[in-house]
Amino acid sequence: MKWLRNIIEVWAYEMRCALFDEGVVVFFVIVPLLYPLLYAYLYNNEVVREVPTVVVDNSHSQMSREFVRRVDATGDVEIVSHCADMQEAQQMIHQRDAYCLIYIPKDFEKDIAEMRQTTVELYSDMSGLLYYKAVLSSCTEVSLDMNKEIKASRIPGATEQQISAFQYPIEYKYVPMFNTQSGFASFIIPAVLMLIIQQTMVLGVGMMAGEEREKVRKHIAEPHIIGKRPIEVLFGKSTTIFTIYSIIAVYLVCIVPMIFDLIHIWRWHTLLAFMVPYLLSCIFFSITVSSVAHDRESFIVMFVFMSVPLLFASGISWPASNIPIFWKGFSWLFPSTFGINGFVRISSMGATLADVQYELNALWIQTFAFFVMSYIVYKRTYGKQLWA
Amino acid sequence: MNGLKQVLAVAKREKNRLLVRPIYLFCMVIAPIIAFIFFTTLMSEGLPSDLPAGVVDEDNTSTTREVIRNLDAFQQTDIIEHYPDVASARVAMQKGKIYAFYYIPKGTTQLAITGKQPTVSFYTVASYIIPGSLAYRDMKMMSEYAAGAVGRASLYAKGYTEDQAMAVLQPIKMEIHAVNNPSLNYSVYLCNTLLPGIIMLIIMQVTIYSIYVELKEETAKEWLALTDNDIVKAVIGKLLPQLLVWLLMGVFILFVLYGWWRFPLNRGIWPMVLNMLMLINASIAFGVFLCGALPSLRWALSLATLWGVLSFPISGFSFPQMAFPNPLRALSWLFPLRHYFLIYVDQALNGLPLYYSWPNIAIQIGFLALPVMVMGRLKRFLLEFHYTH
Repeated sequence: MKWLRNIIEVWAYEMRCALFDEGVVVFFVIVPLLYPLLYAYLYNNEVVREVPTVVVDNSHSQMSREFVRRVDATGDVEIVSHCADMQEAQQMIHQRDAYCLIYIPKDFEKDIAEMRQTTVELYSDMSGLLYYKAVLSSCTEVSLDMNKEIKASRIPGATEQQISAFQYPIEYKYVPMFNTQSGFASFIIPAVLMLIIQQTMVLGVGMMAGEEREKVRKHIAEPHIIGKRPIEVLFGKSTTIFTIYSIIAVYLVCIVPMIFDLIHIWRWHTLLAFMVPYLLSCIFFSITVSSVAHDRESFIVMFVFMSVPLLFASGISWPASNIPIFWKGFSWLFPSTFGINGFVRISSMGATLADVQYELNALWIQTFAFFVMSYIVYKRTYGKQLWA
Repeated sequence: MNGLKQVLAVAKREKNRLLVRPIYLFCMVIAPIIAFIFFTTLMSEGLPSDLPAGVVDEDNTSTTREVIRNLDAFQQTDIIEHYPDVASARVAMQKGKIYAFYYIPKGTTQLAITGKQPTVSFYTVASYIIPGSLAYRDMKMMSEYAAGAVGRASLYAKGYTEDQAMAVLQPIKMEIHAVNNPSLNYSVYLCNTLLPGIIMLIIMQVTIYSIYVELKEETAKEWLALTDNDIVKAVIGKLLPQLLVWLLMGVFILFVLYGWWRFPLNRGIWPMVLNMLMLINASIAFGVFLCGALPSLRWALSLATLWGVLSFPISGFSFPQMAFPNPLRALSWLFPLRHYFLIYVDQALNGLPLYYSWPNIAIQIGFLALPVMVMGRLKRFLLEFHYTH
């Protein structure tokens, strides 16, 4: 049982290394602890409400005022000003006092009275797509209601049911699934949580590896490593990271969603069966890429900016079905791609293990491949160069 | 003149340092270029088309098949599969195969013909916001169209013209103008801030790292000796060669966005050149400031990481800032990327006169004062402290 003792010794040694190193603690503990809180706080409102909007009402009629009043009453839009003309309205948008403009033509009421179709024009500032969405959905909603009432007034004696059946011979219903209010936090945070696991781990492990290389260069031998086989060192080290990240992962995937009331409809055994390969693939991925860490800090500089491309490569924002094949191949190199997709579906959409089989298989393959690669790295580091 | 010589001597020394260490080549040139190409080619479609969607057609009549054919013809959705029931379509959604499905219950056609107003439904996955909302848009349009088609047909039969029929069916119509980005191009919406954001993040890190490494390798004294321990000249000389590289990268970003992809540029290139120049300098200034302001350079690197990554959400280009909690709205003033984004919106997207952007320009230039405040501290650091593990 010497090998087991060796592994435990390495584990204990690496554990001390990680937890007494200020720099590593920042990435292993502080960032995973604080970053999700900051993110969740940032997106706490989930949706954009009351987008400031201006109106140019050239109709000045009872009906146009009614339209504006109803749009104002919706949650998405707030009418902040009535402008005399387009110029004044544009001025307000340019000064960011408003983001959308509703233009009601002069003949609005007259057209309706004389049975002509009338057009209300909406303008949206495109510095944010959510403004566009807000003004379009609330004005459309109001217009559908008013259209129904106009038709009712035109056909005296018709029941609401008859008018509705005339307007909509086939009625339709929209059902948003799994994130019913299309909340931004519920959309982005699960992905960010998974990315935090991989990125902080890579940075922390890279920092530890950089430290080892520095010591190698300075010929400071580690007494706890001497006489142990590379495979034992590898097992000991990966167990250390696994120990730390099991706790971090419980915090990230269980506690954070509960604190911020994000959607979390996972079943615990599904989550467990998914998170284990995710953590393992992240661990061996980190150890593999840490082989390029020349010193403690260079790795941070080289890897931090990757977080943003990796978030997009996962397909959480720009849909995976439309990612060019070359970049898709690139994204398969990283555990986060499969981790994000699997976790989002397990946590936000209640997917079972069978539903995420594809991601699960990919993570196990990655675990195996990165394990072999990190073994090679370790054999090179501890087998030949130093203490052989 | 002697002072200038000293600065140039430091600059020359730094040039050599940049050339021999592969980390600089990787971080300052290779990685950013790959990232820029990644983002712009990733979203080269502008608006994602042919999103995989499904259908549950329990009615299966010629009318419903017609509806489905029409839906498939819409640009954003592609019907990839028919499912026997809602449960199996939902499973396909949970497997990530489809982003949406359309459900037509049994008897729909019959009820529609007899005026009993049946209901069809469409389901979209809102956990993936972009494909979810695009599929929503197509399916809603399709449903309106299908309902309208039946109504129009009956009015045409009564001798109505098309205009008259529309006036009866839809007295008030909405027409929306997406000002300056009419095709709702996502690449315009995201890449215009993502690319400068990446360079800002890397600039802050490289600035700190390049100063840090002098301390760590105990070369700081040698560096400062070149300017007779004048910290200001030493820092300027050191950052000068880096600045040149960043300026080239900045020009490259502008070329990618406005030359290659031809994104909206409604007031010419010069305001954006100014904007990029200010972002680069503010990022460098921020990096130097963190070096001097924090108890150790290691902390400076960690804080630059936090600040840099946080810049993306807090600048408000994806989720608008108006919905942030107030303390964070106030905090966002301290992020150079936030100001870059606002200047971009005014100048390139909306083509406004420069004076609309003056508060942001003023703050962006104001960031340059930050390093001045910490020069004395930084000097003490470099001369007195020793790197410890």
